[in-house]
Amino acid sequence: MALDQSFVGRSYPPTDPYEVGREKIREFAEAVGDPNPAYTDPEAARALGHPDVIAPPTFVFAITFKAAGEVVKDPQLGLDYSRVVHGDQKFVHRRPVRAGDRLTVTSTIEAIKSLAGNDILDIRGEVHDEAGEHVVTAWTKLVSRAAEGA
Amino acid sequence: MTAKISYDDVEVGTELPAGSFGVTRATLVQYAGASGDFNPIHWNERFAKEVGLPDVIAHGMFTMAEAIRVVTDWVGDPGAVVEYGVRFTKPVVVPNDDKGALIEVSGKVAAKLDDRTVRVDLVATSAGQKVLGMSRAVVRLA
Repeated sequence: MALDQSFVGRSYPPTDPYEVGREKIREFAEAVGDPNPAYTDPEAARALGHPDVIAPPTFVFAITFKAAGEVVKDPQLGLDYSRVVHGDQKFVHRRPVRAGDRLTVTSTIEAIKSLAGNDILDIRGEVHDEAGEHVVTAWTKLVSRAAEGA
Repeated sequence: MTAKISYDDVEVGTELPAGSFGVTRATLVQYAGASGDFNPIHWNERFAKEVGLPDVIAHGMFTMAEAIRVVTDWVGDPGAVVEYGVRFTKPVVVPNDDKGALIEVSGKVAAKLDDRTVRVDLVATSAGQKVLGMSRAVVRLA
């Protein structure tokens, strides 16, 4: 069933702050097998001009996608999450995410389309730090595949 | 930010050193834990097949994380990545053996932009199939 177009432009309240820890960044870097010392060694990060270890460019997705979950699971929107696949993903960084950040996410529905029975949802997540400065914006395109026989 | 590559030293067409990144079932379990994405299509073969997939597949975000390593290894400072976007075109299928799958990534400078930034276009394949489309990064060079 096509999603309600009136949801386009709807924003959800900012999330509670997510505190980025050094060890969480290390765990993520190890999981993707990336030995770049900027992720694990504060001295190496400082030598590059960062105040503390930084996170890999896609790390913030774990935070923005959790925030997008509020949109996806909004019963008024009525998306069938069991049929959702990830279509596109994009990040624009003002600065890298780093250890010690306390990040909040504000999610907005940018677009809703229906294509060949698939519902396509574009969600923008604006990520700010504790001082209210913009850190990164994440765009996530989710595709809810048409039910069989629909 | 301290990229080790100078804007003045690259041209449109400059190729980045390619990378190839292995992924096994164990990698996917580790990535699930680190990223918090526990969707069973990434670790449960029975479930993956029930929803019409050929086998367990890698997280799209895992593939995205591997592809950008070609860029971050090139510039040295991962903080130099200003923009990064991909389209997930085909899944990376990860068989239940000790070899798993291989994600092969190449990249080249597609445009020189303002403010000492360049656009790098990436190509990521696995088992001969293109797994990412429109895979582009904007990177600030020295």
